[in-house]
Amino acid sequence: MASGFSRAQVEAVAALANLELNDAEIELFARQLGDILEYATQVQGIDTTGVPPTASVVTRHSADRVDAVAASLDRADALANAPDASGQAGLFKVPRVIG
Amino acid sequence: MTVVGTIKDIRDDVRSGSRKATDICGQVFDQIRAYDATLHAFNTVVEERALAQAAAVDRHPQRATLPLAGVPVALKDNLCTRGVRTTASSKILEQFVPPFDATVVRHLEAAGAVIVGKTNCDEFAMGSSTENSAFGVTRNPWALNRIPGGSSGGSAVAVAAGMAPLALGSDTGGSIRQPAAHCGIVGLKPTYGRVSRYGLLAFASSLDQIGPLTRTVEDAAIALSVIAGVDAADATSAPEQVPDYPAQLNGNTRPLTIGVPRALVDEGVDREVSAAFTAALEQLRDSGAKLVDVTLAYASAAIPVYYLVATAEASSNLARYDGVRYGYRAAAAARSAQPGQTMHDDLRAMYGRTRAEGFGAEVKRRIMLGTYVLSAGYYDAYYLKAQQVRTLIRRDYERAFEHADVVAMPTSPTPAFKLGERISDPLQMYLGDVFTVSANLAGLPAISVPCGLTAANLPIGLQLTGRMFDEATLLSAAHAYERRTEWWKRHPTL
Repeated sequence: MASGFSRAQVEAVAALANLELNDAEIELFARQLGDILEYATQVQGIDTTGVPPTASVVTRHSADRVDAVAASLDRADALANAPDASGQAGLFKVPRVIG
Repeated sequence: MTVVGTIKDIRDDVRSGSRKATDICGQVFDQIRAYDATLHAFNTVVEERALAQAAAVDRHPQRATLPLAGVPVALKDNLCTRGVRTTASSKILEQFVPPFDATVVRHLEAAGAVIVGKTNCDEFAMGSSTENSAFGVTRNPWALNRIPGGSSGGSAVAVAAGMAPLALGSDTGGSIRQPAAHCGIVGLKPTYGRVSRYGLLAFASSLDQIGPLTRTVEDAAIALSVIAGVDAADATSAPEQVPDYPAQLNGNTRPLTIGVPRALVDEGVDREVSAAFTAALEQLRDSGAKLVDVTLAYASAAIPVYYLVATAEASSNLARYDGVRYGYRAAAAARSAQPGQTMHDDLRAMYGRTRAEGFGAEVKRRIMLGTYVLSAGYYDAYYLKAQQVRTLIRRDYERAFEHADVVAMPTSPTPAFKLGERISDPLQMYLGDVFTVSANLAGLPAISVPCGLTAANLPIGLQLTGRMFDEATLLSAAHAYERRTEWWKRHPTL
């Protein structure tokens, strides 16, 4: 993969990740991601026939709780860190989304 | 360096009234004022708040029952503190003031601990040197031109330099144990789920775990007893009962069996680290422990598996930093602004620019890698495959623990390296995590204890790994080793 990681691939991944990269970063990541993935391909040589994947090591489920109304974060507190918000309307503000 | 003593000393003195929490707090801030301009362990210090907390402990009617009465604590800057800036050492959170406390913070304060500040780390805990901080590097107090380790480097330095007897860090692939080893102190990564992660800024959710950095194993046991336990706010926190860890430190009467993965530790380890590790095994044997060889056949694959799994999870977790609800938002680029307007051309452009300006290079690299391995066409080859090998790594340890109570390895294959030495070669940096990442992949508890100094006076760490939820055995093994050595009494000369 080292030589196969193209600028176009880097740009496609960056678009998926919502990351704007400059030319220098595209060049750097094409090389470094290629090197890291080439190293990582060693896992592909390991026989995992019939081996289940481990997504989490948790074995005992403890997430159940009573479905009851409880206090939650105050709206003003929730908005306080926003770069742009309307406290009065209780809304986060974002740039134009459509049209 | 022992300006205020161990957690146990402080706690006992404050409980009995022979020392005041406010005096201890003042001494800690004297130390911070004297050395932190050089070391940069802290991103933020909160002296007034700390003195007020300490005064409240001195006045507390049940002071004599508080498990951490008057104990100053430094918190890694990825643990949320209500009203105190929490940055994860990232520009994107430079001004973030959490509206809530992490569960561990609530536990610490209820136990009488006094928060002194927030410590520097690699940005979003991604790194092994604390060089990936948006706010500058942290220096190793044993050698100022060397890294303190990472990602919890500031926490390790705060303890090693006497600026706090207790610090909390987070450990996703060694980020508590490796800086503890490089700074000559104790660092404990508990079992996955042992400590609630609520309020920890997430990096890789299936691997992250919060734990203590301390001067002694007994102190680590005291701190773990306070922060461990199930939490309704973290669905992955474990319902297993929390034992009285300090009470069990000397409770182990039968000789322990210590597994040594020979094939793994005989390769690629610095000569002085290897010698210190061998000497530590001899001391463990002298103390009555039995040494057996164990095989961790898939351990050599742990680094690629770790960097595939951790980056995949990170790419998802860090999607939340988009300049909308909290954190930095990029100013509109001139090229996208209409005359007389400062609007971004659209929402997606704002996301991309905010993240471009808000994240540092290593975070971007990992988001890119994680996005790639999760993307259509590559998922099975990288992410799914890594999860399958993760199962094999877990099975390795399960088999090892059929014969051994704990597994011993060096914490890091080398002593602390020089600032700048590996920063431009990320893969070389990743390879240093060879002995630490597998405990996270398998969810196991692991501890680093000081086991030597190099000729250049750089600390070396011994890592012990235990069975799931068997911190009691792990801590008693580490304690027994520590009590037969003098390494933990050694301090850097500042």
